[in-house]
Amino acid sequence: MRCFRGAARKRARLEDTGLSALAIDGVARTFAGARNGAPVEALLPTTLSIADNDFITILGPSGCGKSTLLRIVAGLDAPTTGEVRLDGQLVMGPGADRGMVFQSYTLFPWLTVEENIKFGLREKSLPAVRQAEIAAHYVAKVGLAGFEDHYPKTLSGGMQQRTAIARALANEPRILLLDEPFGALDNQTRSLMQELLLSIWESERKTVLFVTHDIEEAIFMANRVVVMTARPGRIKAEVAVPLVHPRHYTIKTSPEFSALKAALTEQIRVEALKTAEPGI
Amino acid sequence: MTPLVPVSGTRKVALGLAFFVLFVLAWSAATFGGLVSKTFLADPLTMLREGWSLFAQFGFAKDVGITIWRVFGGFILAAAFGVPLGIAMGAYKPVEAFFEPFVSFARYLPASAFIPLLILWAGIGEMQKLLVIFIGSFFQIVLMVAVTVGATRRDLVEAAYTLGANARGIVRRVLLPSAAPAIAETLRLVLGWAWTYVIVAELIGASSGIGHMITDSQALLNTGQIIFGIILIGIIGLVSDLGFKRANRALFPWSSA
Repeated sequence: MRCFRGAARKRARLEDTGLSALAIDGVARTFAGARNGAPVEALLPTTLSIADNDFITILGPSGCGKSTLLRIVAGLDAPTTGEVRLDGQLVMGPGADRGMVFQSYTLFPWLTVEENIKFGLREKSLPAVRQAEIAAHYVAKVGLAGFEDHYPKTLSGGMQQRTAIARALANEPRILLLDEPFGALDNQTRSLMQELLLSIWESERKTVLFVTHDIEEAIFMANRVVVMTARPGRIKAEVAVPLVHPRHYTIKTSPEFSALKAALTEQIRVEALKTAEPGI
Repeated sequence: MTPLVPVSGTRKVALGLAFFVLFVLAWSAATFGGLVSKTFLADPLTMLREGWSLFAQFGFAKDVGITIWRVFGGFILAAAFGVPLGIAMGAYKPVEAFFEPFVSFARYLPASAFIPLLILWAGIGEMQKLLVIFIGSFFQIVLMVAVTVGATRRDLVEAAYTLGANARGIVRRVLLPSAAPAIAETLRLVLGWAWTYVIVAELIGASSGIGHMITDSQALLNTGQIIFGIILIGIIGLVSDLGFKRANRALFPWSSA
């Protein structure tokens, strides 16, 4: 298990910002250059706080460091400087309090849908009956009833990601992290999955941090969209999404939605151009 | 023929058998047709007759049994030590750094070259035969298992971490099940090699076994018996290989391989 150095940093900070569940404080990440090349700044110092029950999407072009930021929050990567705190607790490594759904299909191929969902519960040594109850609850929630005993290789991409969401939720994490979870899905499936996740959020009010490069997805899901710049990544803007809940997919054609989309498209376009034409 | 288009089940079996038939036909033509002297190569019928007499008159079944016992004995011994060490090396990089250079070196030591030494150390008894197979199999198993475990998908490991697994959980609940089918496949492969080592071990300083029968027949210029012995090894090897494949498929239904 990896551990991060710099735990005893003595810097004055706002310890409790009230409702803030997750506090990302000056987090930056520099990768060592390949073969003595110049180090690569993936993420410039970034500060962001996320309130309880909030749904934040991080929107940016590919390679803007948004996944790096999420991985640091998950504890799968260590920040070069800065720190992440969850409920005031310094994040030192990965843990069950931050559930994660990856873009790649990460179901354990040797476990059935139900066993996959139980993975974290078994790690916590919950009684078998309780495990089965929780698994059944989330199987129903993501609409996979009847597929409990299927192995991942027999499932479609959308079903695999449903299972992955159920697996993360079953663990009852403090915050749910999603790294372009629907990026590999076709358009129709992607829309359905967005609605599914949103309806789960509307009913359970989890704290969610969701990374995407899809503008529509970012607006549809979020209470607040955080726009990141092209590499080196930093936060460029934070845009509140004042659309009411519960949101129906038809909201995507509403004038408010279109206005938000137009504004964000412009922001993102500037950044995408930067990566496409490094000379600018 | 179109590249990569699969053949149907029955056609596959028919094609596979056809080559065996062709092989026996060519062999028959060469021997019955008088192209090759009987001293050097027995014909198929003589081979079968000699094989029958081996079992009927010379108690060959016992030799076959002993050879099979040696192969599995040495192989199981090598697997019992090799698989755990390979897993430890694949999972923990310091362990790998400690053993890997030596194991890589030892892998190239030919097991058959150890036979004189092993006879010196362990005599010409069963222990010596088992050790030849052990030396031939152990280092291969260790390296291949270590590579398999080390190649576990990183994203699965990360997913397990975010689900609250600790280091022990990662090894037991991710690395092991993920590597299991490939480890079983490695064992199947190495078992095939163990068959070649056992015969070499039995050619020198043995008083029983298929290899011993082959050296005896060489002294008597009985090519029928030699060929029968060789073919029998092939058949036993094929059967154990098929059994292994079946078992792997039954054990790992989730695997796409």
